[in-house]
Amino acid sequence: MTATALPAAAPRRPWTLLRRWLAAVGLSGRALVIAAPALWLTLFFLIPLGIVLQVSLSESAIAIPPYLPLITSELGTVQMTLHLSNFIRLFQDKLYILAYLNSIKIAAISTIFALLIGYPIAYFIARSSDRWRNVLLMLIILPFWSSFLLRVYAWIGFLKNEGVINNFLEWTGLIHAPIPMIQTDFAVYVGIVYTYLPFMILPLYTNLVKLDESLLEASADLGARPIRTFLSITLPLSIPGIVAGSMLVFIPAIGEFVIPSLLGGPGTLMIGRVLFDEFFSNRDWPMASALAFAMLLVVVVPIMVMQSAQSAVVTRK
Amino acid sequence: MNKSLALTLGALLLTSTAALAQEEKVLNVYNWSDYIADDTIAKFEAATGIHVNYDVYDSNELLEAKLLAGNSGYDVVVPSANFLERQIAAGIFATLDKSKLSNLMNMDPGGMANVALHDPDNAHSVPYMTFTVGIGYNVDKLKERLGDVPVNTWDIVFKPELAAKLQDCGIALLDSPSEIMASALKYLGLDPNSENLDDLKKAEALMLSIRPHVRYFHSSQYIDDLGNGEICLAVGYSGDVFIAQDAAAEGVSVDYAIPKEGALSSYDLLAVPADAPHPDNAHQFINFLMQPEIIAAVSNYVFYANLNKEATQFVDDEVKNNPNIYPPDDVKKNLFALKAHTPAYDRELTRTWTRVKTGQ
Repeated sequence: MTATALPAAAPRRPWTLLRRWLAAVGLSGRALVIAAPALWLTLFFLIPLGIVLQVSLSESAIAIPPYLPLITSELGTVQMTLHLSNFIRLFQDKLYILAYLNSIKIAAISTIFALLIGYPIAYFIARSSDRWRNVLLMLIILPFWSSFLLRVYAWIGFLKNEGVINNFLEWTGLIHAPIPMIQTDFAVYVGIVYTYLPFMILPLYTNLVKLDESLLEASADLGARPIRTFLSITLPLSIPGIVAGSMLVFIPAIGEFVIPSLLGGPGTLMIGRVLFDEFFSNRDWPMASALAFAMLLVVVVPIMVMQSAQSAVVTRK
Repeated sequence: MNKSLALTLGALLLTSTAALAQEEKVLNVYNWSDYIADDTIAKFEAATGIHVNYDVYDSNELLEAKLLAGNSGYDVVVPSANFLERQIAAGIFATLDKSKLSNLMNMDPGGMANVALHDPDNAHSVPYMTFTVGIGYNVDKLKERLGDVPVNTWDIVFKPELAAKLQDCGIALLDSPSEIMASALKYLGLDPNSENLDDLKKAEALMLSIRPHVRYFHSSQYIDDLGNGEICLAVGYSGDVFIAQDAAAEGVSVDYAIPKEGALSSYDLLAVPADAPHPDNAHQFINFLMQPEIIAAVSNYVFYANLNKEATQFVDDEVKNNPNIYPPDDVKKNLFALKAHTPAYDRELTRTWTRVKTGQ
């Protein structure tokens, strides 16, 4: 008894000591719990963001690193030069605004298609028997086991002029010249909807599977047809799932880079591509940083709109 | 790339503690895609016991972006002459130790003198290959759409009415502002080296007039696409087009033409970054590539001309007698060189390029 009690008491003491010491400097356990994510956020978000902001106010140069320092000291005087020209150019050159608007357009249309395709699938899985449900969910998740890049490359094989689809259509005699699909906006929509569909299906599924079936029975008992039941019971109750799924598709799609560069044409203007070009092709770090900083601000806006839409739904419930 | 970088960094940590007296047997090479014979690296590894991490890029711009970021971890890189020129000024490259490059005597003095215009005294670089930027095309599809027009002219790229006829079978341009805009300027009869912004505007207007007919801008994808018939015209690097010709699918015949209005010609140069972790191994590799049989095998494989005078005897006849690879004097007079861009012009150029690419 005493033999076990002693070692148990020993490790407790430094912990209480630490707690007392922390309390002495004014930190409670609650503050510590908040401090951990705050520290994480500062270290991996705010400080890098500060560096990006600093680079965005600099001027590009052919040097290592490829921008001029903000603060220069010479003969005892310290000078700090801030270049706002990069931010001004974001508004002067219509390219950036067009790229942003086009990104939103592509992301929004893709989200709508993902919803139209994903909703019936999620509904079907939620309504299927337990045994099948797991198999079907597995089939949704399975593609994630292969590389995302590989899956996008596979679409090139399908969509190109000498690809599977065109060759098949020509073989059947339906068309005589290949339909141009690769390097068009169409291919980008296909790529985004395909890639992000699981992100739409999974939140919708978790929502729909919890749906109380007695509500549906009640609706049927009161004489509503299935369509009416769907529109006035299932659909309104699944709005949180729709919002969550749409956000998971819409937000990454805005900044998407890989899909438009592999499947899109040169005219498929998207903000992620413009950012890559500024950084790697133009080697203009300050401009790329200004764009990244502005992009963060403008992507936050749709996120906040969606957040408030979602919380409005939750409070109404 | 990330893996090799991590390996390099890890290795660096290890070696920096244990004094760098003996360089570890590793070499990190960053070269253009499709730009070496399939057995060159294996032969080097067998001869020296140095393990090579080999990584590729497809544009000078991308290479420069990596070099300017610093600590690239690469020991040997292969920029084109005009890019190397200003990278030297930025202090990116180490001065080569010529006592470790015994095979330098094999190099062609005339070629070395041309390169020395970009790199005085050839202090920082050794020529690897020389290339031209011209027109790669699908012989049958071009004939079918254009009839019997001559192909050795920029007209088939830069005349909107001709480019329009090729739109459905696919036009690809290099994603390289310096090289494509220089070609456009040359076609307009303007000096590609003047850095005149009015001239650049004219070239931009020309590019925008054919832009709707261009399927994509990419610096390496056209190799596959020309070979399998996915596109029928590419403005690309000479050797890359010949690689497409060599690998072409059945029923697809690809050829290359140097436009008579003038084509850009330049050198790709082997250089060692100043912060290279394995400079000794880098020198060994560069010296190895100056062995006549080795570099001749590369030329035979990638269809680019080298500047090694002792190697020509080992180069296949079909390569060295091809006027588009080893241009004879009457073709050479149509070639022009590009000087290094000033940062101010480069900024205008890249912005112009963004507008051209996006069609805005």
